[in-house]
Amino acid sequence: MTWRQKSLTYLVVGPFAIILAFPFYLALVTMFKTNDDLAIQTHSPYVINDAEGNFHWDFWNDATTEHVRFLFQDTNYPQWLLNTLLVGAAVVAITLLLAMPAGYALARLAGGWGQSAGVGIFLIYLIPPTLLFLPLSRIVTNLDLKDSLWGLILVYPSFTIPFATWLLMGFFKTIPQELEDAALVDGCSRLKALIRIVLPISLPGILTVVIFAFSLCVNEFIYAFTFISTSEQRTVSAGVPNDLIRGDVFFWQSLLAATLIPAIPLALLYNAFLDRFIKGFTGGAFR
Amino acid sequence: MEAQAAPRRQTGSRRWRRALEDRRVLVPLLIAPSIIFMVLVVGVPFVWAIYLSFTDAIGGSLSGNWVGFDNFTTAWQEENFRRALRNTLIFTIASQVIVVIGAAVLSAFLVRDFRGKWIIRFLVVLPWAAPVVLSTITWLWIFDSLYSVVNWTLAKLHLESGLVSLLNAVGLGDGAQAPLQWLGRPNLALLAITLVHAWRILPFAVVIFIAGRASIPNEVEDASKIDGATGLKKLWYVDVPLQLPIALVAVLFGIVFTAGDFAVVYILTQGGPFNSTQVLPTWAFQIGINSGSLGEGAAISLYLFPLLVVVSVAMLFFARRAQVT
Repeated sequence: MTWRQKSLTYLVVGPFAIILAFPFYLALVTMFKTNDDLAIQTHSPYVINDAEGNFHWDFWNDATTEHVRFLFQDTNYPQWLLNTLLVGAAVVAITLLLAMPAGYALARLAGGWGQSAGVGIFLIYLIPPTLLFLPLSRIVTNLDLKDSLWGLILVYPSFTIPFATWLLMGFFKTIPQELEDAALVDGCSRLKALIRIVLPISLPGILTVVIFAFSLCVNEFIYAFTFISTSEQRTVSAGVPNDLIRGDVFFWQSLLAATLIPAIPLALLYNAFLDRFIKGFTGGAFR
Repeated sequence: MEAQAAPRRQTGSRRWRRALEDRRVLVPLLIAPSIIFMVLVVGVPFVWAIYLSFTDAIGGSLSGNWVGFDNFTTAWQEENFRRALRNTLIFTIASQVIVVIGAAVLSAFLVRDFRGKWIIRFLVVLPWAAPVVLSTITWLWIFDSLYSVVNWTLAKLHLESGLVSLLNAVGLGDGAQAPLQWLGRPNLALLAITLVHAWRILPFAVVIFIAGRASIPNEVEDASKIDGATGLKKLWYVDVPLQLPIALVAVLFGIVFTAGDFAVVYILTQGGPFNSTQVLPTWAFQIGINSGSLGEGAAISLYLFPLLVVVSVAMLFFARRAQVT
């Protein structure tokens, strides 16, 4: 690239990155602010200031970790993180168990069915969750699963399975049929070929499904919000807005810490698996 | 007796194994578990909810008297419902316009190789990776009535009064004065929610657009160079048609994610001030759960479904046609 092309790239990409990441930067700064620094309106919200409202490069001397400590020790936040992990892990396991065979069958064996299945899967996403959850909340109550993580574990695969089947279908299509045929000729059964040949090669694709299905569970709000009423049983997406948004201004530091912490590991995982996600996503749609 | 039974069992299991090799047996066997599960957790509730929308069911009961289309007409006659429908359309269309333009520009540059690409990509993907509810809470702070960083910056740059008069001039300001109450005034709140939706969908669209660009073979690039297609001409006759199918898919997902979203409006405004920012999902929640009119809540949710089906079918149709030509 020429020097001009290069600077144009940074001139476009830079502002976009700054705007998109800005809320996270603001959360990062605000979570370490002292109460005075937060409350005095002349103080800059962009940096951590001293008592007079001036920024110094050794800003950590003007910062406090008190609000982060409060979040982890005096609220249910660690429990919510743990609940989210538990629900996510269980849902991902159920999803893989059901979606892997389905995705494989649609990609390899079902002939022209694959295309229509893709459209069918998409149609499921058009059903508004606000519609489903009216009867679902009743079903969960009748099964005595209200106020329990098991209720969420039962319901969440309803949106992870279609998504995972779609992605896995895309991945399985990218694996050359010849590999399997060779195994079949060697006397493997189809199931054995699936387990011995196809699964190991599609491991990166499966990991991608794990990450994105898990993230869908972390994101889910309306079921987690309505099925569960005990604070200790909540997931992070329901617990934080329910219990941590309070009238008190000085709660904002803890609240913003709570929003930033799950975002960082998820974003790192997304980046690591982004290229594979694209492959599976477009493979499911365009092949 | 025992000697006879053993071989028979063997042939039985062999028949089983041969059946497993047959596609007509294997395919249903592999797909059935997920279909059964989906019917139980999506199909049954969906049909049930449709049934409910034709009854006068209330509160915790899941049945009621058949009332025909009463719930649909009652809902339609409510001013708040029509506002919710209008807002759903506004948020969806306005945010997708911003998203498509932004994603087209950003993806064109993100496919280039430059130093620091990893960190730029990390920052760009953040809004997509972060849980929606949590990142929306950060926006709640950005638009805070007292501590809004937007207002602080505008005031520091002496732009606040200018922006206020500009917003009032184009009819978005609701006669507001500085400092702007982003979530406390109907039109400003609409603007704020649209921006948050665009912000959270943009990274996803960028990723899909990049995939679309990557799928264009290099030969096309070379051929258009030889044919003398450059600049806008190349953009219009080469780049746009080739990327159209995948761009349509990105927009389609964007529409579904925005139109069906409950969390952003619920966290930012809870549909307020004075129900001015209600969307269909939040209004359905308000009527169906908070007010306990289960049947009418289901009817309100159902208004969205045919709309989405029509839009999706149309777009998938165009996407496939564009792909073939």
